[in-house]
Amino acid sequence: MRKAQGSWEKRILKSLNSMCTELSIPLARKRPVGEQKELLNKWNEMGTDEPDLSLFRPVYAPKDFLEVLINLRNPNYENGDSLSFRTHLGLIQVPLKVKDIPELKEFFVELGLTTGQLGIDDSTQVPPELFENEHVRIGQKVLAEQDSAAAQQYVRQGSPTALRAELWALILNISSQPEDILYYEQLKTNVIQHDLLVDSLIYKDVKLTASNDDYYFVFEDYLYQVLLCFSRDTSVLGHFAYNSASPPKSYIRGKLGLEEYAVFYPPNGVIPFHGFSMYVAPLCFLYHEPSKLYQIFREMYVRFFFRLHSISSHPSGIVSLCLLFETLLQTYLPQLFYHLREIGAQPLRISFKWMVRAFSGYLATDQLLLLWDRILGYNSLEILAGKILAAAVFAFRAVNLMEVTSLAAAEAVLADLSTLKVMPLLQIFLFATVT
Amino acid sequence: MAGKVKWVTDIEKSVLINNFEKRGWVQVTDSEDWNFYWMSVQTIRNVFSVEAGYRLSDDQIVNHFPNHYELTRKDLMVKNIKRYRKELEKEGSPLAEKDENGKYLYLDFVPVTYMLPADYNLFVEEFRKSPSSTWIMKPCGKAQGKGIFLINKLSQIKKWSRDSKTSSFVSQSTKEAYVISLYINNPLLIGGRKFDLRLYVLVSTYRPLRCYMYKLGFCRFCTVKYTPSTSELDNMFVHLTNVAIQKHGEDYNHIHGGKWTVNNLRLYLESTRGKEVTGKLFDEIHWIIVQSLKAVAPVMNNDKHCFECYGYDIIIDDKLKPWLIEVNASPSLTSSTANDRILKYNLINDTLNIAVPNGEIPDCKWNKSPPKEVLGNYEILYDEELAQGDGADRELRSRPGQSLGPKGGRSRDSGRTVLTTWK
Repeated sequence: MRKAQGSWEKRILKSLNSMCTELSIPLARKRPVGEQKELLNKWNEMGTDEPDLSLFRPVYAPKDFLEVLINLRNPNYENGDSLSFRTHLGLIQVPLKVKDIPELKEFFVELGLTTGQLGIDDSTQVPPELFENEHVRIGQKVLAEQDSAAAQQYVRQGSPTALRAELWALILNISSQPEDILYYEQLKTNVIQHDLLVDSLIYKDVKLTASNDDYYFVFEDYLYQVLLCFSRDTSVLGHFAYNSASPPKSYIRGKLGLEEYAVFYPPNGVIPFHGFSMYVAPLCFLYHEPSKLYQIFREMYVRFFFRLHSISSHPSGIVSLCLLFETLLQTYLPQLFYHLREIGAQPLRISFKWMVRAFSGYLATDQLLLLWDRILGYNSLEILAGKILAAAVFAFRAVNLMEVTSLAAAEAVLADLSTLKVMPLLQIFLFATVT
Repeated sequence: MAGKVKWVTDIEKSVLINNFEKRGWVQVTDSEDWNFYWMSVQTIRNVFSVEAGYRLSDDQIVNHFPNHYELTRKDLMVKNIKRYRKELEKEGSPLAEKDENGKYLYLDFVPVTYMLPADYNLFVEEFRKSPSSTWIMKPCGKAQGKGIFLINKLSQIKKWSRDSKTSSFVSQSTKEAYVISLYINNPLLIGGRKFDLRLYVLVSTYRPLRCYMYKLGFCRFCTVKYTPSTSELDNMFVHLTNVAIQKHGEDYNHIHGGKWTVNNLRLYLESTRGKEVTGKLFDEIHWIIVQSLKAVAPVMNNDKHCFECYGYDIIIDDKLKPWLIEVNASPSLTSSTANDRILKYNLINDTLNIAVPNGEIPDCKWNKSPPKEVLGNYEILYDEELAQGDGADRELRSRPGQSLGPKGGRSRDSGRTVLTTWK
């Protein structure tokens, strides 16, 4: 796994360096004073008046990453030549251990049919006394006592909209002390003083994704304020200690190969890919104060999101999520699975992008936030990214999918998830399907 | 059952025509016998003008009230609301209660407004009290943001002064009439941008008042960051939210069109400000819409052949107070994005289902009380008959979506209705 991750990183870095050479733009440069002043003035509206980005392209897109994952093979594993009913017919061919439905049911016990949920039991037909009012009351109590562990347990059943911002901050241990605000201001100063090539990539990404999104276009300027600072935040390097990935290195001009002249590039070690800004966008519905928004995003990234774009064997890692998705689908919806495979529409090719983005930009925001409640609650990405939800979506649209005859048609059936209600879908798939 | 509904329109918009055709209605010209005429405001003027002597028969319905301008012209709307408030005050109604500064507690929802040139001197007096304030000049009879500008100096509106040598009979005519209102220079900003709300309200009858609110309203954002700075008073991209204006801006985006659904707004406000204040805001918005309709109800020609779908424009300030900016008789049916098209198509669909029951040839003598199932995305905003009868019939309280009038309280099993906590 590490080897695969290593060679993937080399590829990304090479791509970045060649873009750099092609466009004759340095990876980093200090801004002249005039430019610094201008940027400072424009800090709250960087979305307008952007530079010419036409020559920039994202370093990679999720589908490029998927190709790498598909080609992962364990050289020590002997599969035997004969096909049996156990043969995994999906795209991922790495034998990682993933949970099956009984194990998932146990892990996600609070999502069971007999437990109240926000996202189901707060709909108009259900009188609020049955669940919602009591749930809100408990939430307020949890906040009053500032109990982080209780908060984490609590959001497994969903968070009331009015309490969510505080609950997430409590779970992530974000408290916005003066030193945090100072730290953010320091990052902002770094942005003003130095221009990084990566900045243009961020700009481009926001313009391609969030700016065109019905829900998030309003927050475009916040995204720059968060992501430009993020790429300069060396504290993020800390997460590489538990990440199979390593931060890319670059060398001071003329000192190639000399370790003492190596720097991490970008400073936070994370090269953004197409869609990266969508990790931040939903958070803008909760936090409108830039330094708090920043802290929350950073913490979410180093706890969860990084796993979605690095190759590792971790159960919440993207490889496991893909495998989990395929296994669930193949086991519980075999007809659908085979049919789609036959017509050249491997399900993972469609659901991969949902998982890598943690469904951001694919679900309606209120549903997405209910989903992310559960990520925080269970400290695991298995619920959303890839895993169960993706499988549940396929199950839900199974009837239509059985009738399609091409990848394009399958994509069309699954193109618009904006009307889906997340929690009922999950419950049905996990708890109501006959196993 | 006698035949298909015959329709005419002078507004060539696909969202209309598609709706007529899907009902199997038959298109005719206005010189033939027609049952349903979706007309522009110019046409309604002609139809109901004294000279035309038009008599509508029982099986004919039109989409405007004859004197809708009592509500939809900026100056008349303000006049009617001022009159309504004074009347309530005279009869000692608790709704007309004022605070210690003389401001209405419940009926202060229109920014201070004067007619020009008629009230010029009154305006000057008011202006001098706070000379650093900004005012917005709007022509009474125009739409789409045309002719609007902001001022912060008296010299900028010299020509509306009654004593002005440039004034003549021409400028006294209604064509030149303007209203000047105190500009709301502290709008609620989201993402640093100003926005307003467009809400659709269907009125089927004014006496008794029966009106419906479309659940799928939207916010219209400016493409440029808001600044109250005087150097940007001329920049319409900062201040005017009309799509007709914003779509010419450099940063206009054709995918989302700068629009947010009202549900997004609700989610954002609940998440960042809390549930109670958000609920209160939306209650107030419903309240001011109903009050504006009650204000004009006595002067409206409640012609039984008419219904009307209004476009209400509301601005929320940074204290979460909603302000009624204006009411449009002919809300735009142009679609600026794909979502827009779907929304407007459904809007017309639901409107027709309520106005022309069962899609059959109408009889304007019907009681205008459609069954709940046909409301679609509309919710009852206010039903005067029900409100008056509610003491007698407790059953009605438990149906979701029904508003109960000023004396009603939130019913325990009406679930998520937000229309019931009147002051």
